[in-house]
Amino acid sequence: MLPAAVSSVDALKADSPKVWPEFGTNEVVHWEYGEAAKVETLLRSAHRVVKVDLVNNRIAPAPMEPRVVAAKYDAAEGRLTVWSPTQGGRRIQMMLARTLLKMAPDKVRVISIDTGGGFGVRSKMFPETAMVAYAARQLGRPVKWLGDRAETFVSDYHGRDQINHAQMGLDRDGKAFVLKVETLLNVGAYLSENGLRLPMEGGGRIIPCGYHIPDFYFSVKPTFTNTVCTDTYRGAGRPEANYLMERLMDKAAETYGLPREEIRRRNFIKPSQFPYKTHLGFVIDSGDFAGTMEMALEHSNWAAFEERRGRSAARGKLRGIGLAFFIEGAGSRPVEGMRVRFEDNGDVSVIAGTYSHGQGHATVYSQLVHEFLGVDYDKVRLINGDTGTSPEVSNGTFGSRSSMVGGGGVKRACDAIIVKGKKIAARLLQSDATRVTFEAGVFRAQTSSVTMADVAAAARDPNKLPDGMAPGLDEYVVYENDTENFPNGAHVAEIEVDPETGVVEILNYVAVDDCGVVLNPFIVHGQIYGGIAQGIGQALTENIVYDAEGQLLSGTFMDYGMPRAGHFSHIDARFNAMPAKTNELGVKGAGEAGCCGAPPAIVSAVVDALGSYGIKHIDMPLSPERVWRAIQESRVNKAA
Amino acid sequence: MEYNVQMTVNGKAVSGKVEARTLLVQFIREHLRLTGTHVGCDTTQCGCCVIHVDGVAMKSCTMLALQADGKSILTIEGLAAADGALHPMQQAFRDHHGLQCGFCTPGMVMMGVDIARRLPGADEKTVRHQLEGNICRCTGYQGIVEAIMDASAKMHAAKA
Repeated sequence: MLPAAVSSVDALKADSPKVWPEFGTNEVVHWEYGEAAKVETLLRSAHRVVKVDLVNNRIAPAPMEPRVVAAKYDAAEGRLTVWSPTQGGRRIQMMLARTLLKMAPDKVRVISIDTGGGFGVRSKMFPETAMVAYAARQLGRPVKWLGDRAETFVSDYHGRDQINHAQMGLDRDGKAFVLKVETLLNVGAYLSENGLRLPMEGGGRIIPCGYHIPDFYFSVKPTFTNTVCTDTYRGAGRPEANYLMERLMDKAAETYGLPREEIRRRNFIKPSQFPYKTHLGFVIDSGDFAGTMEMALEHSNWAAFEERRGRSAARGKLRGIGLAFFIEGAGSRPVEGMRVRFEDNGDVSVIAGTYSHGQGHATVYSQLVHEFLGVDYDKVRLINGDTGTSPEVSNGTFGSRSSMVGGGGVKRACDAIIVKGKKIAARLLQSDATRVTFEAGVFRAQTSSVTMADVAAAARDPNKLPDGMAPGLDEYVVYENDTENFPNGAHVAEIEVDPETGVVEILNYVAVDDCGVVLNPFIVHGQIYGGIAQGIGQALTENIVYDAEGQLLSGTFMDYGMPRAGHFSHIDARFNAMPAKTNELGVKGAGEAGCCGAPPAIVSAVVDALGSYGIKHIDMPLSPERVWRAIQESRVNKAA
Repeated sequence: MEYNVQMTVNGKAVSGKVEARTLLVQFIREHLRLTGTHVGCDTTQCGCCVIHVDGVAMKSCTMLALQADGKSILTIEGLAAADGALHPMQQAFRDHHGLQCGFCTPGMVMMGVDIARRLPGADEKTVRHQLEGNICRCTGYQGIVEAIMDASAKMHAAKA
């Protein structure tokens, strides 16, 4: 068997096996931000420096639908059709056509129907996609490949797998003023599409995550290992960033003897500081960080916790409560094509560059069209997921972007429709466009009126149009924004540890999120719950494990701990909505918030429960075995 | 060698030739083309393939087609009424946002019906425990648990 380097730490050792011997090192690149020497000097001047060493465990995205590709080639037409669950097929189409198969893009069609879970991993091109497409073309026969779960574990990109060493310097009052973060990223054996960028661009853009810390040095070393590639997984760099900041804040609270909420209060970016530019140059427009945290404390009855701890202790259980504040960056690559089309039968179609695979776009876009144009909700249809029909600009759904770019695109298209509609209505009503008003689907001029349906019908008839106006009321917009948005929140987890078994039971979970304007609370809550579940999974049960020879040990659902319904309690999700000022709907993304908040909240709670054992930290996942071992080691140490 | 199997699937008599090793889920999906029953793993963990065999929830990936010979099978396709009206469990999943991507949903719904049948009035903790064999990656289970409790109450109220 060939030698293997499995962890990033081992891979960087001088005598490690080299994944690519021709490079002579497993270090892909060393990226730095900030002035190392200045930050060192500042750290030496600090009243106290707190340090954390953290493993951000490797996770399998594990959508419930294993990966599958089918392809068919029509030799007479020279057309290739590929069916595969994606998060939007345009990128796959373009890569297949331009880069891999050297075909004209309009001869390659990628169709996704009911993608069974995305989570970042389904936005990627995989070798099997290319091979199935290639085989179909070469053979002139339909070809299908269906990965089983074991194959999906060893070929779908994994997520996270960072090692973070962080130091934070604080003044006498517990106000942090300098931060140093050194990150090792395990990229796997090859460079995936986006994996390399995640610590610096994904996470770095929001560090220090809701806190005002003027000086920052960041070192990122992506490292090759003999493992599956890592790439975007729900959160993609932000969960890792928030986790290290929250562990630092808990450490600072302990060091200063301050409550965990108080150290955060002293360090939050204040509303008066908005717009607030982060170190990497992203501008946070709005938020009420302290207020959001206060809500979470109130609804979790944080102040009365010690009484509950006592009740658990009386039953032999160790009760703990944990707090995490987080900030997110949502709506990345804010460019998207959105088309609104009036159908002959009176329906209105939203033809979206985004692609809904469980996020409820059909519901939300229909709501928006109803609100903006007064069209019946049931008459609005969503068309997406097929490069044969999707707009020219179609980036898909990832990075909590669809509310802003898709919703915003619907808004801009509807605004243009109303402007054009007023001109047509003016002609129908024998009035002037400037005098026509539009409300709830009705154009009015003085006492007469026409409906949106009347105007849409008239728009098809050149005889009813103002001179020089092109027929049709359809609109296509390419939504663009020069910034993303910054959801944030405070989560409180209350748990009980059974000291005899190490089992962690969640008793209560309160999530207060600022997702800006909430377009549909039901759907946003669904996103929050799902994100929290994945975050709790990372914190408690999920872990990709390789042995020293590079053999994947956690390759099925029997040995990879997918969280079950019984791992959770009811989640109490609430909003502290601060409308985003940088997009017309005021929205902030919701999809990845939960998996930013949950890991630090859970770890904080478990460490709080184990305080009497002197345990300050346990690396995720906090499985019964790890918790139990930590307790045993503490008992041994005390006895010694 | 192939064997004949006969069973009732969603109220209709069906038959087919299968190998001894053919799984029931393969028979349902590939022979009968009823693709609402999903396969999400190889190890009987995910529960996407749950169906009813003689009225009891079973993982159809863990049963041979031959073992279902002569049995009555209900799959997700057979759950709604003939006129298309959703079963109370399906309606409750819709009402409570009990699905997102939908891949685990057929198994969840079939399991939910089974839980409602066996454990009328089950509390939240019991329902969560009963879902041990069904994995969902999207919803965090909250809508699923609410849906099962709601539908269960409605199904038993309708019977009473």
